Amino acid sequence: MSWLPVEASDIAARVDLLFYSMVALTGLVAIGLFVLMVVFCVRYRAGSSADRTNPPPRKKWLELGWTFTPLAIFLGIFVWAAVVYAAFYAGPAGNAMTVFVVGKQWMWKVEHANGRREIDELHLPLGQPVRLVLSTEDVIHSFYVPAFRIKQDAVPGRYTSIRFTPTREGEYWLHCAEYCGTDHARMGGKVVVMAAAEFSRWLQAGNENRSLAAQGFELFRRLGCSGCHVDSTVHAPDLRGVFGRVVHLSDGRTLQADEAYLRDSILLPKRDVVAGYEPIMPSFQGQVDEGQLNALVTYLKENR
Amino acid sequence: MVTVTNYLSDGFTLRSWLTTHDHKRIAVLYMVAITAFFFLGGAAATMIRLELATPQGDLVSADTYNKLFTVHGVVMVWFFLIPSIPAVLGNFLVPLMIGAKDMAFPRLNLASWYVYVLGGLFTVAALVAGGVDTGWTFYTPYSTRFTDSNVILVILGVFIVGFSSILTGLNIIVTVHKLRAPGLGWFRLPLFIWANYATSLILLLATPVLAMTLVLVALERFTGIGIFDPALGGDPLLFQHLFWFYSHPAVYIMILPAMGVASEIIPCFARRTVFGYRFMAYAILGIATLGFLVWGHHMFVSGQSMYAGMVFSMLSFLVAIPSAIKVFNWTATLYKGSIFFSAPMLYALGFVGLFTIGGLTGLFLASLALDVHLTDTYFVVAHFHYIMVGGSVMMYLGALHFWWPKISGRMYPEMLGRIAALTLFLGFNLTFFPQYLLGWLGMPRRYHEYPPEFQLLNLFSSAGAAVLAVGYLLPLGYLGWSLFFGKRAPANPWGATGLEWQTPSPPPKHNFEEQPVVTRGPYAYDPVR
Repeated sequence: MSWLPVEASDIAARVDLLFYSMVALTGLVAIGLFVLMVVFCVRYRAGSSADRTNPPPRKKWLELGWTFTPLAIFLGIFVWAAVVYAAFYAGPAGNAMTVFVVGKQWMWKVEHANGRREIDELHLPLGQPVRLVLSTEDVIHSFYVPAFRIKQDAVPGRYTSIRFTPTREGEYWLHCAEYCGTDHARMGGKVVVMAAAEFSRWLQAGNENRSLAAQGFELFRRLGCSGCHVDSTVHAPDLRGVFGRVVHLSDGRTLQADEAYLRDSILLPKRDVVAGYEPIMPSFQGQVDEGQLNALVTYLKENR
Repeated sequence: MVTVTNYLSDGFTLRSWLTTHDHKRIAVLYMVAITAFFFLGGAAATMIRLELATPQGDLVSADTYNKLFTVHGVVMVWFFLIPSIPAVLGNFLVPLMIGAKDMAFPRLNLASWYVYVLGGLFTVAALVAGGVDTGWTFYTPYSTRFTDSNVILVILGVFIVGFSSILTGLNIIVTVHKLRAPGLGWFRLPLFIWANYATSLILLLATPVLAMTLVLVALERFTGIGIFDPALGGDPLLFQHLFWFYSHPAVYIMILPAMGVASEIIPCFARRTVFGYRFMAYAILGIATLGFLVWGHHMFVSGQSMYAGMVFSMLSFLVAIPSAIKVFNWTATLYKGSIFFSAPMLYALGFVGLFTIGGLTGLFLASLALDVHLTDTYFVVAHFHYIMVGGSVMMYLGALHFWWPKISGRMYPEMLGRIAALTLFLGFNLTFFPQYLLGWLGMPRRYHEYPPEFQLLNLFSSAGAAVLAVGYLLPLGYLGWSLFFGKRAPANPWGATGLEWQTPSPPPKHNFEEQPVVTRGPYAYDPVR
């Protein structure tokens, strides 16, 4: 076992730099304090001949010093850690590859854009920015890959996401980190990072499914979405190119249409009603599962 | 032989104990009850460490394992740690330290013990009925819709015991406000009183939120009203916000009284006034206040907004400042002292060391990007055990030794006391330091099985737990022995300055023969003498 865990993502090195710096800093503080305590304990043990005249009951400058010095250091660490944290969530979207991950007692189901599915494994191409979009069919789970230094809860009723770039080929542990019942400890498997060319071969090989977008399109027609949302602007907004657009809502709010918005609009249509439309859409809660939702959302994203 | 009636010799029947209004007797009742729960929680911990000695899940089934860590958490948090110092030593010492005859509400005080016992019975009933497997955190929707274990019984137990916390807190607050001896102004109060006062404020303000949250969980589980379950229109993160709004301040309920104890013991055995008394008092209040504003740091990867995470992270760094001040001031208190290494002092010095490590590693978890990797791993387990066991339990035991002569009227065997303190310190570090490494290497918590490369560190940890168990059984043995065979204790065996030492050991029923009057601040020790 290596004492220094492998760094297999772009963020891992940044997290580790912060970690080791903090180990050095807090280690110095702790050792300094312990040495001081030992020195005092030896020097001022009862019966020693050390000078004890005028023990100071307080020293204002000293106390203010050890109040504000840690404060300044702490604020520095806070900013450093927050900047790295932001990279997990707000990094450049650009060319990130979206992979859907669905948690379920006690397995991870992965869906790639071309329809290829895997269970308890996640294959990724080296050097490609990845965005995982997580959801769950039952309780809270947490997608944890120690070698990437990433962890994100999958929360019932919503999408969560996290982004990173794999930087090292190999196989790494995948765990569930949020307690989820009986087989929590067995919920996991591995993440496989492979060279880009090898990954595209893997992605095609043995894939019998149509792409997520194609599956979504079929659902879009079968569930009757197209009845109102295509070429009819009377009852419902046209959804071509909706993803990423700024949407004005009937209660005066505006928001940018992202995956969470599309998901909520399917399951909770009364929540964010588009300005100018009546809230007549029925909820599809209970009629579509997490996999179908992912397909629908992918279709809407790509329907430009 | 002259027999003066003291609180222990004032009636020997069971009835005289179970109907007492004397705060000292109620403290002893609490001590007996929480000791029983401590060893129950400890037995669960022993099973956990035995199971984790090997990577395979071979000793108990996954479900049993999940129930073991749940009962360990529930029992240790609500039935041992939270009542430990406030309800046992706070009850015993607050009136004595401020020169009062009793607590402000003696009957309410006895009632709070019965409420505690009732809550304990429900929890034990849940165990007998087959246990509960949600973890002490009861995260929804697992606890409301997915588990078929005895959630309701345990929730009821915790709900009930919460009222015991609230009543004790209320009692301490009113007692400190209304019953101080003449001349005992706020800035002449021992820091132990400050700490228990601040703790009581948290007990009073935070516990009701837990009670409401648990009622909502029970409602959803029983009636299907959607509060936390999104399938019913609820929000699972709402549960986490409410739960941690109580449970983070609850950490300060556990550690503030321990800080108070350290602030009594260190000056006494260093023969020197505590360094920076006012800063110490303000730091206690600062921790109690800021402690209410940091709950979201348990939720950095929960799906909470990134910006909320940033606010909670910054506030978490701020709450570390008063804790740091306290560690620096305890260290400075040793300077130019005249230090005796009696057992209570060894516990206190061990406490400062372990609390320092626990506090510094807390900074790692407050750091957003590090927390993403470390949260829900053994790093967190190690961190909060350094605070709660290395901090609170060490200091509870230190306090028991320090005030044992006052409580029991007997001296404990000093050498055994020192040996136990050292055993606990070593056993504790051997148990929990490897868990920091396990967490950093990526071992998730609440795992019944684990990847084989983690076995070596887990073996260290399990071996440490065996040492720790010896360390806990030792005081149980020799303190019990000393009740009957220990040397009779003088009124003030340590030469300490507090009011509680100016009355006989054990104290008479109404604490003082005549009303004490306070003319100076606490800790008037002189190292040169």
